[in-house]
Amino acid sequence: MQVEAHHQRDEHLPLLDGLHEQYSVHLDKFDGPMDLLLHLIKKNELDICDISIAVITRQYLDFIKVMKELNLEVAGDFLVMAATLLQIKSRQLLPVDDQEDQEIDETDPREELVRRLQEYQQYKDAGMLIGARALLGREVFLRTASEPVLAAAQNMEGPLEVSLFELVDAFRVLLLRIPAESFHDVAPGDSLSIADCINDILSQLQEQDTIHFNDLVKDELTRERVIVTFLALLELCRLKLIRIFQGSEHGSIWFVPAVTADPSEVLNTDEF
Amino acid sequence: MNSDLPAIIESLIFTADSALSTDRICDLLTEFERQEIKSALSGLVEYHQGRGGGFELVEVAGGWQFRTRPAFHGYITRHIKTRAAKFSQSALETLAIIAYRQPITRAEVEHLRGVDCGGVLKTLLEKHLVRILGKKDIPGRPLIYGTSKEFLEVFGLKDLKSLPTLREIQALDAVPLYERQEELQLEPATAVPVESDLPFE
Repeated sequence: MQVEAHHQRDEHLPLLDGLHEQYSVHLDKFDGPMDLLLHLIKKNELDICDISIAVITRQYLDFIKVMKELNLEVAGDFLVMAATLLQIKSRQLLPVDDQEDQEIDETDPREELVRRLQEYQQYKDAGMLIGARALLGREVFLRTASEPVLAAAQNMEGPLEVSLFELVDAFRVLLLRIPAESFHDVAPGDSLSIADCINDILSQLQEQDTIHFNDLVKDELTRERVIVTFLALLELCRLKLIRIFQGSEHGSIWFVPAVTADPSEVLNTDEF
Repeated sequence: MNSDLPAIIESLIFTADSALSTDRICDLLTEFERQEIKSALSGLVEYHQGRGGGFELVEVAGGWQFRTRPAFHGYITRHIKTRAAKFSQSALETLAIIAYRQPITRAEVEHLRGVDCGGVLKTLLEKHLVRILGKKDIPGRPLIYGTSKEFLEVFGLKDLKSLPTLREIQALDAVPLYERQEELQLEPATAVPVESDLPFE
C-alpha cells in the first residue's frame, strides 16, 4: 500500500506540483471539516439547505485524498465528517420502509448536518467580524503609563478580582521554585497545620497591611509549606478575612485584611 | 451646574491608569448629579469625535478611556513596539463561539466547530481573553469557559451586549459593510478557483 502510493506520487509528480500550488493556499485556510464543507458548498453554488450530498461527498473525499497525497496529516475530525456524509448518502439511497417511515424517519437525513453548518457559518462570520474590529495593540493604542506595581495597586477601581486560574498559576510558579526534595528523612518533622498557617498570615497582615504573594512562603520554601499556605489562603478567603487583589492585570497578587476600611487608603499611606 | 464638569471628567480620565467606570466617576464627584455626569460624558465623546484629533474617548469594558484613532496605527507602530495581537481564523471562531454561547464547555465548542479546540482554547486562556468560569454540573464535571474583561478591552467592546447580534451578522452576509472588509478576503472560494475534478482519479 505504502509503496503503491509512493509510486503513484512519483508518476503524478508534475501534476502534483500543479496541485500543490492550487491547493496549498486552501489547505492552510481550512479550519476543520465544517469549513471545508462550507467552501465546497459555496464553490458549487449550492443552497446550504438543499445540498447535493453526492457531489459534496465526492469532492470532500477528493480533498482528503489530496491532503494525503501531499503528505499532510489528515485529522481524525475530517474522517468523522467523511463518515457522516457517507452515512447520510446511504440513508438517502435506502428504500424507505413504509411502516417505519410513518413513525420514525420523517426527517431529511441532511437536516442535522445543515443545521450544524448554518450554525457554524454564523460563528465563522461572527469571528471574522470581531477580528475585523480595531484591536487594542494592533490598530488602537492607549496612553502608556509605566508605573511600579504598588502605584498601580492604588488602582482607581480598587482591588481587582483574581481569577482562580491566576491564583493557581501563581502557586504553580512558587512550586517550581522549590528545590528538589530529599527523601532520606523518614521521621515526620513538625507537621504544619492550616490553623497555624492562618494565624501566621493574619499576624503578618497586622504588621504589614499588605503582603505580597511570594513573601508568604519566602522563608521556608518546601512543598508542604506552599500547599498548606495555599489552603490557608483559600480558607481565609472563604471566611472573608482577607481580600486578594492584583495591582495590575497579570501583575503580582497581594493580600489585604478584609477588615481594613479601604485598601487603597492603606496603600496611599504606605506610599507617601 | 458647574460648566467645568466636562473638563473635570476629562482630567480624571486622562490621569487614570485604566478605564474609569461611570460609577467610579460618580463616586469621585459627589458634588455632581449622576445625570449631569452622564450627559457631560456623552458631550465629551461628541467633542472628541468632532475634534478630529489623534485620539478619542471611548467606553470599553465598562469604563471610559482615551484611545487613538485606528486610522493612525501605521504611524504609531513606527515608534511603539507592540506584541501585535494576531488571531488565526480558528482563534477568532472559537472566541466568537465562546463570546456568544458562554458559559460553554470545550466539548460544546468542538461540536460547533467540528474540530479539536484544545490548543486554541489554551492559547486564548494564556492570552487571558477567555477564562474558566467554573465546572458544569454534569457527569465528568467539565470546565466551562467564558470571555474575560480583557476580551472586551482588546476588541474595544463596551460590554457583551454590544457584540453584533447573530441576526445582524446574517444580514451582513447579504450586504457586507464593515470597515476592513476588503482586506480580509472573506471568501476563500473566490480567491483561487478550484477544479472540481481532480486529475488523479
